[in-house]
Amino acid sequence: MNIHEYQARNMLEKHNIKFPKGKVGSTPKEIYNIAKSFGGKVVVKAQIHSGGRGKAGGVKICNSAIEAKEFSKKIINTRLITNQTGPEGYLVEKMFVTEITDIKKELYLSLLIDPDSECPVFIASLHGGMDIEKTAESNQAHIFKMNCDPFLGIKPYKLKQFVAKLNLPGDDNSQIVSLINNIYKAFISNDCSLIEINPLVIDDKANLVPLDCKITIDDDALFRNKEILKLRDINQENTMETRAKDYDLAYVKLTGGNVGCMVNGAGLAMATMDITTKSGCYPANFLDVGGSTDKEKIKEAFRILVSDKEIKYILINLFAGIAKADLIAEGIVEANNELNNKLPIIVSMRGTNSESGFEILKNSNLNLHVANNLGDVSKLLLELEKTK
Amino acid sequence: MTILLDKNTKVLIQGVGRDGSFQAIKSIEYGTNVVSCVHPNRKDQFFQEKIPFFGSVKEAVEKTGANAGVIYVPAPFAMDAIIEQIDADLDVCVCITEGIPIHDMMMIKNYIKNKKTKLIGPNCPGIISPKLNLKIGIIPGNICNPGNIGIVSRSGTLTYEAIAQISEIGMGQSTCVGIGGDPIHGLSYVDVLKMFEEDPETKAIVLIGEIGGTKEQSAAEYINNNVSKPVIFTIAGSTAPPGKRMGHAGAVINGKMGLASEKILALKKVGAYHTEDLSKIGETIKQIL
Repeated sequence: MNIHEYQARNMLEKHNIKFPKGKVGSTPKEIYNIAKSFGGKVVVKAQIHSGGRGKAGGVKICNSAIEAKEFSKKIINTRLITNQTGPEGYLVEKMFVTEITDIKKELYLSLLIDPDSECPVFIASLHGGMDIEKTAESNQAHIFKMNCDPFLGIKPYKLKQFVAKLNLPGDDNSQIVSLINNIYKAFISNDCSLIEINPLVIDDKANLVPLDCKITIDDDALFRNKEILKLRDINQENTMETRAKDYDLAYVKLTGGNVGCMVNGAGLAMATMDITTKSGCYPANFLDVGGSTDKEKIKEAFRILVSDKEIKYILINLFAGIAKADLIAEGIVEANNELNNKLPIIVSMRGTNSESGFEILKNSNLNLHVANNLGDVSKLLLELEKTK
Repeated sequence: MTILLDKNTKVLIQGVGRDGSFQAIKSIEYGTNVVSCVHPNRKDQFFQEKIPFFGSVKEAVEKTGANAGVIYVPAPFAMDAIIEQIDADLDVCVCITEGIPIHDMMMIKNYIKNKKTKLIGPNCPGIISPKLNLKIGIIPGNICNPGNIGIVSRSGTLTYEAIAQISEIGMGQSTCVGIGGDPIHGLSYVDVLKMFEEDPETKAIVLIGEIGGTKEQSAAEYINNNVSKPVIFTIAGSTAPPGKRMGHAGAVINGKMGLASEKILALKKVGAYHTEDLSKIGETIKQIL
């Protein structure tokens, strides 16, 4: 789960990390008042769950409270499109106002769990700011990494070596050392999968100042982080993806597709997308209904599929292991009747209880096209496209 | 011969809720020697009127000689269950549970270093050895045939797909291992490839990968130096958009290395056979062998 910048700042402030003065507002009037209380010259930043805000015009240095107000008037309640949001962009409901920092140098610092080394890893770069992705690709020599021990945490001797590489001003590196220690504490105690400070700035007084931060929380750990769950902003999510999540379904909307796919298992769901594409049609979504599947979940999955007006065909591909195909079939038939769906449905169904599952489908009034195996699926899609 | 399991494998089950008990019955029907169940509040009861419950894994091991465990308990309790099985020195621990926090998996992977137990999963379908009629986990037994193809996979349902296609062409499987769809998991491709290479029963290996991470690349490196048997592979997710989690916690394209095309390239380079069309795994194997 992603959270907003201002929420991420709050979380880190609880772990003794100091940021420039800042406050969030949701109307131009509020933005004006905050800017005024900061002395007029401020940075105003759109709060959306995406990077690339600066380049997209969502961040501005304003020289007066009036300028801040005018800028916020232009941005609040619009959808900001960045190179990471997709064509629909994200709705800006809040903006964050901070005092100006005099930037001498921009660094990059992040902490994430690296699946290869299976431990938390700090990544730092001498070149932070908006082009960090480019630095990561082109200039590996300027990227430093430090592995932490899941049991011991940060080893002080390693930290000393790590921060020495950053060539910071001053003699003792005490600011960066305490910043890194505090980030680690925040990371562990909030089940984070990412904390990113970009840019981390050295100001005119040689102080280390975090200017922006991004935090991602492990979705699988939300059950034990009820307070963090309150920070969820469903307006930053795709409506259908949100609905799916509430039913514990993994759904991702894909742009430009015409085949609504319902599959069990993430691997098979991806493979189904691949096969659909090869047949000349395009998948409209990724939808994994999961292993332990109950009827209500299937019905909701079907409703979500059909609510996508771009789809022309429905493709259901199930290989039941832990799931039971007959239960799934019942759910499909009930949802199909409820919605009075007429779209053709291609079904491939194998595994646990699949024979009784097919019986249920065949005895219903579904616009059913049976695929006996994965190869049949693309053949049937091709036939349907031809006869259309 | 098979890998991981043999005729002396005695299984204990932790977590017999709706799914766990259904799968336990399927395993027993298939032929697996399920000897005990573990539940803190069902001591002195019996599962299916014949398999005794014990209050702890240790007790189940002492009383019934269990040497392998399977876990179906919900994600919030899965870490404790895995640790308990590791502490009881089981040979194999298969964790089916999906949705375990990554911080927990990180702890488990560091805890299991230098311990006896081999962890399979989590978020996996388990292991099946058709020749012995032995399975731990949820792979449907009726689609398998005894044979000499080994399968190792990050995806459950794609494992079934591969099994079904191999059986359809009249061939069969030696052992199938689902290593799980989480970014941090127990046995790796490399661990299982090593076992298949050493297993005289296995003549060829099917590797099923997906987008995200760099584990397929590590497998390629290992194959290059250590595997003499033919490896047939497929990678799911060529058409997945970057940055989006495709169901599995591990299936996210972050950076170039996570792309299907990079993984395909790495594996092709070391001489593994690529099945581009997933519906043709069976056909490809037939052509090669």
